[in-house]
Amino acid sequence: MEMIGFLILFPFFVALLMACMRKGSLLRRYTLYAACIIQIVCDVYFSVTTLASGKTLTFLEETHGLDQVILIGEWVLVVLVCYYSFKFRKYYCALLSVLQTGLVTWMEKVGYVEQCPTTNHIMIDKLAIIMCLIVGVVGCLICFYAMGYMREYVHHHSEVADRRSFFFAVLFVFLGAMHGLIFSDNMLWIYFFWEITSVCSFLLIGYSQTTEAINNSFKALWMNLLGGLGFAVGIIYAVLQLKVVSLHDLVLIATDGNNDLAGFALVTVAFLAFAGLTKSAQMPFSGWLLGAMVAPTPTSALLHSATMVKAGVYLLIRLAPAMAGNSVGLMIATIGGLTFFMASCLAISQSDGKKVLAYSTISNLGLITACAGIGQEEAVWAGILLMMFHAVSKSLLFLTVGAVENSSGSRNIEDMHGLIIKLPGLAYVMIIGIAGMFLAPFGMLVSKWAALKAYVDAGNVLLVVFLVYGSATTLFYWTKWLGSLVAVHAHSDRIEDKTKPTQWMSLSILATLVVVLCVLFPMASTYIIEPQLQDMYGTQVGDVLGRGNIYIMVMMLILLFIMPVMARILTLGKKEKLSSSYMGGINVDNRKFVDSLDQPKQMYLSNWYITEWFGEAKMLKLSLAVAAAILIILMTIAIGGALV
Amino acid sequence: MTVFSWQVALAYIILAPFIGGFMTGLDRKISARMQGRRGPSVLQPFYDVSKLMQKETKMVNHLQQFMVSGFLVFVAFTGALFFWGGDLLLVFFSLTLAGIFYVLTASCANAPFSSLAAQRELLQMMAYEPMVLLAAIGFYLATGSFQVREIAAASMSGIVVLPGFFLGFVFILTIKLRKSPFDLSTGQHAHQEIVQGLNSDLSGFVMGLVEIAHWYENVFLFGVIGLFILNGQVWSIPVALLVCFLVYFLEILVDNVCARVKWKLLFQSAWIVTACTGVINLMILSIVHLAK
Repeated sequence: MEMIGFLILFPFFVALLMACMRKGSLLRRYTLYAACIIQIVCDVYFSVTTLASGKTLTFLEETHGLDQVILIGEWVLVVLVCYYSFKFRKYYCALLSVLQTGLVTWMEKVGYVEQCPTTNHIMIDKLAIIMCLIVGVVGCLICFYAMGYMREYVHHHSEVADRRSFFFAVLFVFLGAMHGLIFSDNMLWIYFFWEITSVCSFLLIGYSQTTEAINNSFKALWMNLLGGLGFAVGIIYAVLQLKVVSLHDLVLIATDGNNDLAGFALVTVAFLAFAGLTKSAQMPFSGWLLGAMVAPTPTSALLHSATMVKAGVYLLIRLAPAMAGNSVGLMIATIGGLTFFMASCLAISQSDGKKVLAYSTISNLGLITACAGIGQEEAVWAGILLMMFHAVSKSLLFLTVGAVENSSGSRNIEDMHGLIIKLPGLAYVMIIGIAGMFLAPFGMLVSKWAALKAYVDAGNVLLVVFLVYGSATTLFYWTKWLGSLVAVHAHSDRIEDKTKPTQWMSLSILATLVVVLCVLFPMASTYIIEPQLQDMYGTQVGDVLGRGNIYIMVMMLILLFIMPVMARILTLGKKEKLSSSYMGGINVDNRKFVDSLDQPKQMYLSNWYITEWFGEAKMLKLSLAVAAAILIILMTIAIGGALV
Repeated sequence: MTVFSWQVALAYIILAPFIGGFMTGLDRKISARMQGRRGPSVLQPFYDVSKLMQKETKMVNHLQQFMVSGFLVFVAFTGALFFWGGDLLLVFFSLTLAGIFYVLTASCANAPFSSLAAQRELLQMMAYEPMVLLAAIGFYLATGSFQVREIAAASMSGIVVLPGFFLGFVFILTIKLRKSPFDLSTGQHAHQEIVQGLNSDLSGFVMGLVEIAHWYENVFLFGVIGLFILNGQVWSIPVALLVCFLVYFLEILVDNVCARVKWKLLFQSAWIVTACTGVINLMILSIVHLAK
């Protein structure tokens, strides 16, 4: 118990320290490094010991005092939101915030909550442990990286006020809130931490205080507050109608066929799932995550991989059993599938590295959302794995793009042409990250494969179609990027790699994780995911992919690693000569050709973006409109159907 | 009874280049006859490749060698996994990996014709990928297994319930075999508009490896065609071979009577045909499944 309290509160404490310490001081730097290491070690230690004990831990039945503290905390958030809303004249955010917190306070103060049977406020099962590892390890590695990155960032962006103390403090508050969110079972507590993450992301996105950053941060705020409102309504409905405040109990009621209240529980599930959709940036709420890329890269990495969006899908996965085979599940699965396909199409038309990553995140989260919407064991298995692999690969990619930007001054994929010559180290890491996102035998593909199997078994043809077409477009945008990286630019010089050793440490640990997880994921499946599914569904879930296939994938991985040796053996003893590339016989050298005026002209090779089909102008509005229509129609059906 | 085993996989690794080369020779012969020419000997592809092997290799950079080796090794791996009787989805994922190595072979040359072809090849991959994955799903719904070994041992030939999947697969096979009208990224014809497309900057020994990889790939692709026909009975094996031959003849015919289309038509037609054949067949299958 003390350990859990420590894990939640320690980041808050570090945040306080960060806020107080002097800018750029050595002390602050080492405090941050130490804090990250302590947090990682504690998270891992806690996870391992809890797993070894094999039990689901539950704590804290009576928490009257703490509940008061949380209520006060919620109003502090309201004051904060109101302050910023009035300062920048975005009054609707203040309204949303006051409305939802007012509703929850009313419910607590009138005493409805006391009528509910008291349950444990803290519950730690295997899913919470996976999340704890993701948040702790990946999140802290990002913070670790952030220190070195921000020093370069301040250097490059002299026009932006140096607010690093604030930045690091918010990062740690974020981590603390995430720990709180995943360990809580009481919906009021989850809601509180949920709101903290919304506000933190708002603060982080608005870091640079440019007009664009402020607009985007408010976009993130209102969308997430809307989700928060859905959450609040869901809780109030649960308390008034079902007399339940525990998320675990809610799911039990909703899945209990003999319980008359099951239908009513579905209404709450629908509202909570709606909140999950907003937080995990599913269409039509994808806009805030795209806007979030104006923030410094560690923020993006944190939002996209370890925190924020993962909170959304985490909630959806918790609700998954309650969504199996009903209209709420249909809504969530359809939105997820649509988002997966549409976002992967949109990614084709983007040349900004961070934007491609953002669309890819939205797309992959769509897959997880769809898995949760299906709600069967196999699908949830795939969803949890996707969440894990995505966190690692995506954080690696964001951090690498940030490092490339710091060294070369651009994060555009066009400018990454020939990166393997210019910045070989970062290029290799990036290749690992990209391979991890879509290629066999790496993690994301493995889980996508399981997801495909789950969709087929669930008989959801629409999702299968979305997945097969979406896989094709995914292939296109990633390979295009890979192609740019490996283009060997002749006569191109290496650029000075400004990546700090601490940043390299984060990068190399994450890159190693991407590779090692391919081999280790069967263990994660056996010891964590399968027992979790056993708890959730009460049935034994075997190997979804089959043990034999896993051995074959390990074989593929080994093949990939000995590829350089094989290439050597295949071409052993052959005569070879380097020559210039083919340009219709008018080369000057590999980079220049003779133009029609008999002058040497520099060649420029660009990627293909197919904007006439996949451009945002054409596709984005369409997808948002379709997604919004589906959401409204299916939400109405889900809630109406549950009540009838 | 099933033909898929590790012995067959081994036989594939050793014999596929010969079968594939022979198929290419046959292709050239039949094409020539269709055009009223005598055509080269059936063994001509082997002479070509052996000559390539002896020539000095000119490369733009050493990375090309690495990528081509990756292409060859993973194509062979894909086929071996298939003929061993492994998981069909994994087989197709491995094929994709091989395909990506081939695309990167062209990208890493950083040359105009190669790069153009690399992007075109990617478009082609995007065009055929949905149908390829759907085919695996079709087999799974028809036989209850993704394992090639079990699919081939089913009591009924897959094609009976998967006619749409079969048609769709034959359609995208034209893209995979790099035949007109879909040979945008590279092809066998001398009039190739972007020189040799993906192979523009390859020569000598490395080019020979690419040819061999294509032979491996072609044999594997017709293995998939055969899988639609195979069932537990012995007679299905000659029937499967016959169907493979007929499909190959059809592809050669199409190659000879069609002019190359623009990329838009390729992409649209591939996705639409996939939707009209594979997806509709899938819907019917899953309705039948639900009814059960």
